Amino acid sequence: MASFTLTVNGKQVTAEADPATPILWFLRDTLGLTGTKFGCGASLCGACTIHLDGQAIRSCVTPISEAAGKTITTIEGLSADRGHPLQKAWIAEDVPQCGYCQSGMIMTAAALIAVKPKPTDDDIDAALGGHICRCGTYQRIRRAVRRAATGGPR
Amino acid sequence: MSPVTSVSRREFLRIVPAAGAGLVLGVRLSAAMNATGPRGRPSALFAPNAFLQVDARGDVTIWASKSEMGQGVRTSLPMIVAEELDADWSRVRVEQAWADPRFGDLDTGGSSSVRTRYEPMRRAGAAARAMLVTAAAQTWGADRSACRTERGAVVHAPTGRRIRYGDLVEKAAALPVPQDAPLKDPKSFRIVGKSLPRTDTPSKVDGSAVYGIDVKVPGMLYAAVARSPVFGGKAKPFDANSAKTSPGVRAVVPISTGVAVVADSTWNALKGRDALRVDWDEGDGAAESSETLRAQFETLSQQPGKIVRDDGDAAAALEKAAKRLEAVYELPFQAHATMEPQNATASWQKDRCEVWAPVQTPSWALADIARAAGLPPGAVRLNITLLGGGFGRRINPDYAVEAVEISKAVTAPVKTVWSRADDLQHDFYRPASFHRIKGGLDVKGRIASWHHRLVSTSIKAYHEPTASDPEEDEIGGARDLPYAVPNVHVEYAAARSIVPRGWWRSVESSFNAFVVESFLDELAAAAHRDPLALRKELLSGGRTIAYPGQTFVQDTTRLKAVVDLAATRAGWGKPLAKGRARGIAAHFSYRTYCAQVAEVSIGKDGALRVHRVVCAVDCGRAIHPGIIAAQMEGGIVFGLSAALKSGITIEKGRVKQANFDEYEVLRIDEMPEVEVHIVPSDQPPTGVGEPGVPVIAPAVCNAIFAATGKRVRRLPVRVEDLVATS
Ligand code: FES
Ligand code: FES
Repeated sequence: MASFTLTVNGKQVTAEADPATPILWFLRDTLGLTGTKFGCGASLCGACTIHLDGQAIRSCVTPISEAAGKTITTIEGLSADRGHPLQKAWIAEDVPQCGYCQSGMIMTAAALIAVKPKPTDDDIDAALGGHICRCGTYQRIRRAVRRAATGGPR
Repeated sequence: MSPVTSVSRREFLRIVPAAGAGLVLGVRLSAAMNATGPRGRPSALFAPNAFLQVDARGDVTIWASKSEMGQGVRTSLPMIVAEELDADWSRVRVEQAWADPRFGDLDTGGSSSVRTRYEPMRRAGAAARAMLVTAAAQTWGADRSACRTERGAVVHAPTGRRIRYGDLVEKAAALPVPQDAPLKDPKSFRIVGKSLPRTDTPSKVDGSAVYGIDVKVPGMLYAAVARSPVFGGKAKPFDANSAKTSPGVRAVVPISTGVAVVADSTWNALKGRDALRVDWDEGDGAAESSETLRAQFETLSQQPGKIVRDDGDAAAALEKAAKRLEAVYELPFQAHATMEPQNATASWQKDRCEVWAPVQTPSWALADIARAAGLPPGAVRLNITLLGGGFGRRINPDYAVEAVEISKAVTAPVKTVWSRADDLQHDFYRPASFHRIKGGLDVKGRIASWHHRLVSTSIKAYHEPTASDPEEDEIGGARDLPYAVPNVHVEYAAARSIVPRGWWRSVESSFNAFVVESFLDELAAAAHRDPLALRKELLSGGRTIAYPGQTFVQDTTRLKAVVDLAATRAGWGKPLAKGRARGIAAHFSYRTYCAQVAEVSIGKDGALRVHRVVCAVDCGRAIHPGIIAAQMEGGIVFGLSAALKSGITIEKGRVKQANFDEYEVLRIDEMPEVEVHIVPSDQPPTGVGEPGVPVIAPAVCNAIFAATGKRVRRLPVRVEDLVATS
C-alpha cells in the first residue's frame, strides 16, 4: 500500500492503494466514477479511456502510481453540463446504442480535437481505431466528430 | 385484442411504491401476443403489463417493459403510447420496470418488442386519452364530441377553452376504462414515424447511465469466479489459502460454476483469482476440438438427416440436371462479446433476495435466481439495469445466478465481474454449422433442384438434450427458401458437442442466409445469369411461404421490392471505380425483409475492403426511422465482424480466444459507408434488431466473387481465400 495525491475532475484526492492498481478500478470502485468503463483490461478496446494530464490513456493498464501528482479528467469531468462540443454533437447525431463504449470514444475524440481541431477522416479513424463498439456506431461517431469540428452537420 | 384496465391507486402503489397518484392504466396482453421471449420458453401472463401514468403535474410516465440494450426501446415504446395519448413528448418520462409478474412479460429477444407492443401500447394511450376527454367534457358540461386533444391538453373547439391533462387526472381516474377507444388514423401521427432524440442519449454521453457493472450497494464485496477451462469440468479439492493470502481477499467459496474469490475491490478479486491454485477434473470435454467437430460434421453431412422440407423430387431432378453443383459451407462458433462483460450484484438474506443485473430474460432469470436463493420468486426483487449490449447473450442468466450463490455463501451483498476472457470463454455460442448443398440446372439454365443438408450444434439440444426437434432454432432461412425452385429438399442433423450454445443476434439466419444467398449466386454464375436478375425472376409471381404454427407468411413480392430498392440505390449494373465489385443478398427474418448491396475491392495481397453497403429494409410501419437505420448499421457491423474477423475455435475442450486480440471484431477504420433505405409501409411494424445481420456476409462474399472469381465458402474470410493468383 502507498499513498498518492492526484487531481480528478478538478478535485484533489488521495489514493491509498497498491501502486500497481489500475487507475480504472480506483476511479470506479473507490471514487464511484463509473462512467469510465471496463471492457478488456488489456488496452484492446478503449472503453476505459481517460485523460491524464490531457493525454488520452487506457486506465485499465495504467497503474495508479503513474497518476501521482497529475491531473485526471474522466467523462464525468469533461464538461459541467454536457456542453463539450463532442457531447453536443453526440446528442445531435444520436450516436449511442447500448452506450457502453461511448465514454471512451468521446474521451479519445476530445483529446484528438484538442490538438487537431479540424481532423480529417483518416485522423478520426487513426485516433479511434483502437476502440471497439460492438453495437456498430462507428459511422455516427465519425459524423459526430466531424460535426463537433465544423460546428454543424456534415 | 388486449384488454385495457385501470389500476386502482392502492394497487398501483403496491407495485410502484414511489409513484404518486394520477391516472394509471395497465394493458393486458393476450398470451399469444406475449409469446416473444427466447423460443421454447413461452410465457402466458395475464397481469396488466404496459403501465402508463399521468400525474397531476401533467407528467407522463411510461414503464419500459423491455430491457434497453441499445435497440432503443426506451424511446420507441413510449413514443407509441405518447402518440395515442396525444402527450406533450417533452413531459414523457421513461422508467424501467423490474421483474415482477405484474409488469407482465419483460423478456426481450427475437426482435419482438415493437412488433408485440405496438397494438397494446396504442390502445393504452387511446384509452387514457378518451378518459381525459370525458373528464374535460364533464368539467365543462360540454359535449364530448366537441372536444379534442392537443399536446397534453383537452381543448373545447367551439369556445377555445383548454384544460391540461394534469388538471384532469383525478376526475379521469374515476371513470370506467373504455375498451374500444378509437385509435388515431396513422395519417395524423405526429410522434410515431419521427426520429425523435433518444431518451437515453444524454445519460450515455456524460457517464451517468447506470449499467449492471456500475451498481454499488452498501457493504458490497466483489467476486471473480474461476471456472473450468474445459466445458463440463469440475474443480478438484483445492487450497483456498492460495487466494486468501492475496491482498483484500475475504473469502474463497465453491459455487456451481467453479470457485469464487471474494474481495474488497474488483481488482483484488481479479488478482485473488489469479493467485488461486485449482486443478480441474476435465471430464470428457477435453476430447473435443474444432477438428473433431469438423470430422463429425463431415460424416453427418454424408448421411441422410431429418427432412424438414420436401417439394417435388430434388434427388431425381438433380440426377436429370444438365449441370450439377455441389458445395460445402462452414461457419464457426461465435461469441457475443457484449462490450459490458457479464456481471451481476446480489444481496441475499434469509427471507429475501435483491438482484441488480443486465438481463434480457427477466422471467428466466427470476426463476433461476429464486431457485439458487432457496426462496419463492415473490421474495426476489430483480432490478433490470441498462445492458451494455445484449445480442442474445443475456437471455441466459447464468451470471446473475452466480452472484446469488456467492452472496448466499458469504451472506453479504456481492458483485461478480467477469473478465473479457471469462466472457469469451464461457459464453453460450452461436452454433457452428456445416452445410452440404447441391443444385441442378436444367437444359435451359433454370434451377431445377435444390438439396441442402444442414448440420449444426443445435441450441435446443444443448438446453434440452432429449428434445425431439433439435432443428427448432437451426433451420430458419434454409427451410423457408423463398425462391421459385420446383424441387427443394432440406435436411437437418444435430452434431454432438460439449460447447454451450445460445441465441446470437439473428440466430440461425446468421448462417443459413450466408449459405443460401451464396449458393444461389453460385447457381447464377453457373447459369450465366446476373445475380440480381435471377433473384427478381425467382421472387416474382407474388407467392407466400408459410411457417408451421404461425399466422405470418413471407411474401416474395415484399422481398423482391427490397432487392429492387437496394439494387437501384446502389446503382447495380452501373460502372464502378477500377478494382471494385458489387454483390447482393436478401433475407427474410423476424418478419422483416432486408436486402443489401456491398461494394468491395481486394488488394494484390488479398486485403479486402468493404467500401459501401446499401441496405433496404421493409419492417412494416417505421416507428422511429433513426433507430431503424441505427439497427441496420449496427447489424451490418455485427455481421461484418463475423464474416471477416471473428471465430471461436475449440482446443482440448476449451475456447482458444481470450481477448479482442484473438477474437477480433470490426473497428472504425474498416467501417464501410452504410446507407439505409426504409420501405414506406402501412403494414404492422416488425423486428429490426436482428434482420440487418444475416444479409451482409453473403452480400460481401458475392461481391468478392464478382471481383475475383473466388467463392468464399467458410467464414470468417481468410486472406488466402482472396489472393487473385492462387
Ligand atoms: S478496458 Fe482498457 S482498453 Fe479495454
Ligand atoms: S454503443 Fe454499444 S458498444 Fe458502442
